[in-house]
Amino acid sequence: MDFRLKALTKSIWVFHASVGSCNNCDIEILDCFTPRFDVERFGIQLVGSVRHADAIIVTGAMNRKSAPILKKIYGQAPKPCVVIACGICACSQHMFKDSYNVLEPLDKILPVDVYIPSCPPKPEAIISGIVKLVNKIRGGK
Amino acid sequence: MSHKVIVPIGPYHPLQEEPEFFRLYVEGEKVVDIDIIIGYNHRGIEKLSESKHFDQVAFLVERICGICSSSHPYAYVLAVEDILGGEAKIVPERALYIRTVIDELQRIHSHLLWLGLAGHFIGYNTVWMWAWKYREPVLDMFEMITGNRNNYGMFKIGGVRRDIKDEDAPILKKTLDELMPALDMFKGAVMDDPVIQARLKKVGILTKEQAIDWCVVGPTARASGVDIDVRRDEPYGVYERLNWKVIVEKDGDIFAKTVIRILEMYESVHIIRQCLDKMPKGAIDADVKDIPPGEGIGRVEAPRGECIHYIKSDGTNRPVRHKIRAPSFMNVASDKVAAVGGTISDATITLAAVDPCYCCTERVVVLDKRDNRKIMSGWDLIKLSQDKTARLKKEMQINE
Amino acid sequence: MNATTKIKEKLGKLIISWQESSPRRIYFSVAQEDIFKTAQFLFKELGLRFSTASGVDTHLGLEILYHFSDDKTGVIYSVRVLITDKNNPQIDAITPIFPGAEWIEREMWELLGINFKGHPNLKRLLLAEDWPEGNYPLRHKDEP
Repeated sequence: MDFRLKALTKSIWVFHASVGSCNNCDIEILDCFTPRFDVERFGIQLVGSVRHADAIIVTGAMNRKSAPILKKIYGQAPKPCVVIACGICACSQHMFKDSYNVLEPLDKILPVDVYIPSCPPKPEAIISGIVKLVNKIRGGK
Repeated sequence: MSHKVIVPIGPYHPLQEEPEFFRLYVEGEKVVDIDIIIGYNHRGIEKLSESKHFDQVAFLVERICGICSSSHPYAYVLAVEDILGGEAKIVPERALYIRTVIDELQRIHSHLLWLGLAGHFIGYNTVWMWAWKYREPVLDMFEMITGNRNNYGMFKIGGVRRDIKDEDAPILKKTLDELMPALDMFKGAVMDDPVIQARLKKVGILTKEQAIDWCVVGPTARASGVDIDVRRDEPYGVYERLNWKVIVEKDGDIFAKTVIRILEMYESVHIIRQCLDKMPKGAIDADVKDIPPGEGIGRVEAPRGECIHYIKSDGTNRPVRHKIRAPSFMNVASDKVAAVGGTISDATITLAAVDPCYCCTERVVVLDKRDNRKIMSGWDLIKLSQDKTARLKKEMQINE
Repeated sequence: MNATTKIKEKLGKLIISWQESSPRRIYFSVAQEDIFKTAQFLFKELGLRFSTASGVDTHLGLEILYHFSDDKTGVIYSVRVLITDKNNPQIDAITPIFPGAEWIEREMWELLGINFKGHPNLKRLLLAEDWPEGNYPLRHKDEP
């Protein structure tokens, strides 16, 4: 994997993009930053602009209105940028896959590096997903 | 000379977790108009309902919104039970108590969540951290009772899916006891803080007339003196049998909305304690088999206000029509009048004051009305709000 | 005099049918041209709160139920109108009476294709700007 990306595993700046979520995953992501889980001590930070991001964490079952915006966001992210699909909606559209407004799964639009399933994934699961990502980048398994 | 500026709030505003566009048109520092663009969370749930069995719909609607995760399934099962003759007729006693406990626990977690976000928006990050820290034991209680911190899967037509075990009740009571000092702390920290009062009082006012014309619900309405609460007006669960009060304020500003949410948490603790004391033993499920043709309407008081579902059935095992109206659908629309007339630095907290659950509703850009457009990020807009608090602190010579 | 009595008295001849499916659920029908008058009476004179409206595609036409809540008694009065012309469905908007109806009428316009005459802001609410015209997701396509 890219040398630059390996360097980033010291501290990961994450941009959170919700493309049609019920908010549960989003709250659990924010929960990771609260005292009980406190991922900031691992150097993981939420950033306000995708231009500073090393990773985009996506929640929600992408719909027709939000898909173009997500593509634009990914385009603006400095590469290398990893994509984390958080929650079963982002992984595989969940129970919304037959909806008239939910068209394609996320990984048909963006290259997803980590899938964190569950509805919603507990903060422990999210942290575990990010740790696996860091290990993957560092060349481990 | 007025210089209107574009300040985007959204669609990926970091602290408003869902994508939504608020377009604020400003002149100088003042907001003169607002356009609200939703739809980023629209997943076509009403249509999806028509292709699911009645049992499956309860799981579907739980995911309309993660924060009021029990309100939607509760309103939905009430709508179907309305066709069957009403909750009180069908649902066993113990299940009514369990439903009420879940409903109120949800209110506590939701209001704590809002308190944290509001704290962050105005620059009190310690409030955010403490509010969310004290939210964790409430989520632990959900996990103990239902198996999940969010999305409980508790409501079914005719009852609930899981019981509150005898050994869990004392743990729940103890958690609530431990929550009380935290609530006292928030109450003191928020209601007695002169800077918070200066930030929130007389800001984002929704008058009583406006609250009525915009048909708002929940704390947004009660803050403006509109005394409505589904738990009292059309009781469900066991609210009618318990001792509790509806909190109403009259100023219509963000401070009033904050006070209501804090005081409601006390009421919620009180309600849950009464339920745990009075809950009889017995069945938790009426084992309903068929849904006859008919129409039903069910509504509950979600943390944000009245959540109402309408179901039309034709006797088959799927709904013919399922209409869902989340409370935020009414409340967010009222930002049109609440945010206008205020300043940009107050915009963030004004928009957040209705406790928007955008995903419930479907589902900030500040624009210069003239040609020069300066785009600030949503991050900058929160910063504006936080800077105002810092300035006020200095002016009032208060050190944190 | 409770709301039911007042409604029956004042709206009288406009009411086509009246159904009390339970003590707190009353459904009554009016002709589509009478909806503005009805909504105005319920909201302004009786002070009922508008809760929401639900539109549904039936084989008889497009039916809209306007749900008004009497918070003093907990009764919901649902006004039913049937728009029989599915090719060009039109009805008076009630948004001019109170702005709280704006969003739901926009939603029914975009999901069912009903034109709300006199609506101040009839434009897309939920669907993407490039959603195909004439495609109304809540219409039943397999209807005979």
